[in-house]
Amino acid sequence: MNLRHTLSVLAVLVFVAAFARGNSEPASQVQDRHLNILYWQAVSILNPYLSGGTKDIEAASMVVEPLAHYDENGGMVPVLAAEIPTLENGGVAKDLRSVTWKLKPDITWSDGTPLTAHDVAFSGAYCRHEEAGCAALASFADVSAIEALDDHTVRITFKVAKPWPYGPFVGSLSPIIQRQQFQDCLGARAQECTDQNFGPIGTGPFKVDEFRANDVINYSANARFREPGKPWFRTATFKGGGDAASAARAVLETGEYDYAWNLQVEPEVLERMVAARRGELLMGFGSQVERLIVNQTNDDSSLGDQRSLYLDGTNPHPFLSDPAVRRALSLAIDRQVLVEVGYGAAGRTTCNVLPAPAAYASAANEACKTPDPVEANRLLDEAGWARGGDGVRTRDGVRLSILYQTSTNSVRQGTQALIKQMWEAIGVETELRNIDAAVFFGADPASPDTFQKFYADIEMYTNNFQGTDPEVYMAGWACDQNPGPHNQWLGTNIPRGCSDEYDALVEQFSVTPPGEDRFRIAKRMNDIIVQNQFVIPLIWRATVSAQSSSLKGVRMNPWDSELWNIADWHR
Amino acid sequence: MPTEIPDTPRTHRSLWMDVWLTFRQHTGALIGVGVFATIVLAVFLGPFVHGVDPQYLDLQARNQGVSFAHPLGTDNLGRDTLAQVFAGGRISLAVGFAAMFLSLVLGTAVGTLAGYFRRLDGPLMRFTDLFLALPLLPLLLVIIMLFRDTLRNAFGPETGIFFLIVFVIGITSWMQTARIVRGEVLAIKEREFITAARSIGTRERRIVSRHILPNALSPIMVSATLGIANAIITESALSFLGLGFPPDFPTWGRLLFDGANFITITPARVLWPGLAISLTVLSVNYIGDGLRDALDPRLRDT
Repeated sequence: MNLRHTLSVLAVLVFVAAFARGNSEPASQVQDRHLNILYWQAVSILNPYLSGGTKDIEAASMVVEPLAHYDENGGMVPVLAAEIPTLENGGVAKDLRSVTWKLKPDITWSDGTPLTAHDVAFSGAYCRHEEAGCAALASFADVSAIEALDDHTVRITFKVAKPWPYGPFVGSLSPIIQRQQFQDCLGARAQECTDQNFGPIGTGPFKVDEFRANDVINYSANARFREPGKPWFRTATFKGGGDAASAARAVLETGEYDYAWNLQVEPEVLERMVAARRGELLMGFGSQVERLIVNQTNDDSSLGDQRSLYLDGTNPHPFLSDPAVRRALSLAIDRQVLVEVGYGAAGRTTCNVLPAPAAYASAANEACKTPDPVEANRLLDEAGWARGGDGVRTRDGVRLSILYQTSTNSVRQGTQALIKQMWEAIGVETELRNIDAAVFFGADPASPDTFQKFYADIEMYTNNFQGTDPEVYMAGWACDQNPGPHNQWLGTNIPRGCSDEYDALVEQFSVTPPGEDRFRIAKRMNDIIVQNQFVIPLIWRATVSAQSSSLKGVRMNPWDSELWNIADWHR
Repeated sequence: MPTEIPDTPRTHRSLWMDVWLTFRQHTGALIGVGVFATIVLAVFLGPFVHGVDPQYLDLQARNQGVSFAHPLGTDNLGRDTLAQVFAGGRISLAVGFAAMFLSLVLGTAVGTLAGYFRRLDGPLMRFTDLFLALPLLPLLLVIIMLFRDTLRNAFGPETGIFFLIVFVIGITSWMQTARIVRGEVLAIKEREFITAARSIGTRERRIVSRHILPNALSPIMVSATLGIANAIITESALSFLGLGFPPDFPTWGRLLFDGANFITITPARVLWPGLAISLTVLSVNYIGDGLRDALDPRLRDT
């Protein structure tokens, strides 16, 4: 062991350890008309129909476009469509069972061929194919047919009267792909078409020059883009990898990148970075809510493959099935502290899983914003949960001991520690676990650590919905959506709670036209979820991104892809 | 060993006495012992002097600098950095040493057997190659996923994970030691003193334990010292992936990792755990260096 060796060990330790999280990506030269975008989750595929990942959908949204977008206020703006079909202009049929879209004339794909209604019909067929495993299938709920009436008209027919017919082809989840390119990729072959999935031909402002999966995408401007003079940028690089803090640093402090996405970083850290004055933060409050999911089924590991399965209600959780416990857990949490420590201006306390749009937000649960540990203790005492010698409550041999999991992220671990201390005050023991985000959100049915498998008592993450209509989102908590082997654990009712009233409301909601009734039903559904504490909402989160000061024209959009108006970006 | 046969008339000294006398002359090693002892004492006795609960979140005192109540400041949740460094040190040192010991025992056993017994050489070294070729991270993931819940039920979340992590790091880091030891044993067993020992009828077991192992001690010591550092770092990597200790359970690696984002706000959060890891590794390396010299009969001052 010589000195050089020991010194190098020391040096490596100090540098590697301290800067392990610093993204060492060399600065791409910031040319005037070159745009550098950094998404710290790398893009793995450019076909939004085959990926549920926001990063993939947003990267693809620079290339392929839907018929209409949501703008930053949640209103719909036509993109490929000439106008938004409504009852008034006759686009939506009187019986609400079909909707007819007219395409703008003379739109061409980036390869020069014209866009037709057949491409739209094909895109629908592509996603609705039974073997395709399409991620956007929920957008096509209740669709019975999509047909091209002529080259510029497409009609979507529904099985039921659909008061909100804007599921298919509105928003970046379900864009139009080119029939000619994808016609051999239907069904089970969808995943095999690597060339197509990695380089879709689109109508959008950019086209893909090079795609390296899980690394980087190089785009150049689409010369045939329908709006002359746009996009302003000639080329763009879309880099993936790193973590939220290093992405923020790359834009705000070092200025290597022009735009960074999804910055869940402690407010004081962001504040320091903003003080460097090279960039600014963008925030938009959409429908994102950081929430605790309370497992209603038994997750005991001795149950083997019956763990966390609903099994028609025969597998209840040993103590979280007691409403008093769930209520006490929610009452003990001081949400304002969570916001101050972890989110700052990017978060607001909330008691609803459906906090926006405003018309849908229930006002019945505001009491939860004021923590009340005294009341929580009283509830638990009353329900017969007595404190043992170690301060943890027990009843009939069952200990209030919670395994609480979430994804690995500094802010989330902070929230975990805070909530643990709050629950200790009411005699609930908490064990924390954090899981790498790629695994936790990976949806791999073979992994025991996904949020869908939910082999824990409580878990925490954020969810939201695209667009402004919560129909699909709220339907996710219906009883038939319980995850399990029958649906590859892709069911969306993660808490596995069931309520007959809720299921009835879901059906009623899907046939109620926008207006007071629709708002009322949505609020009632929200209240059922929240007042039963199947889900404990914590924080209404803004979408936080960062842009360099030189970048102009960015309009932060929490309702659709953040890159929805990238054609207008300039310096 | 040759030096045990007194070739000059002098008072009899035991092997370990000799080792100590030589070791004492190695300044670096002595400093290493001092630093290391200080760290160990501080980590285990520190909580009696500075009795703050490392887990307690004091929201009135977030991101504090140095103060009397918090000698090293606090983190962004108001936890006391000094108390966390103490608590983290106990875990990191325990993991580092236990894992190092396990990998050392495994590596030395495999290496000696492979080097000494020709028949075992092929199979054992291919076995070692097999382990070297395994992608470690996926292997760790699988082991932890398979046994985490079983151990958690048997020993509780913290002890269970401790055993698992020590075991996992131990059985995935013995291969280098095995290879080095095998090479050393191969060279030593051809030496004259082995032939001599054999010629007077020494049993193989005795040859290995009395003649070969003491002479192979220096490379073993070197890999042991490196093993500690390696174990501490692997543990922090596992914690990062969410497979190590629970996130509120401080270890030096995790403190460093959590503090990295706050390096401009509260540098103490990165500085002290980083320094602790570096000093531990450095001092253990120096101790190993001194031991190597002291154990090498050719370098020993007789």
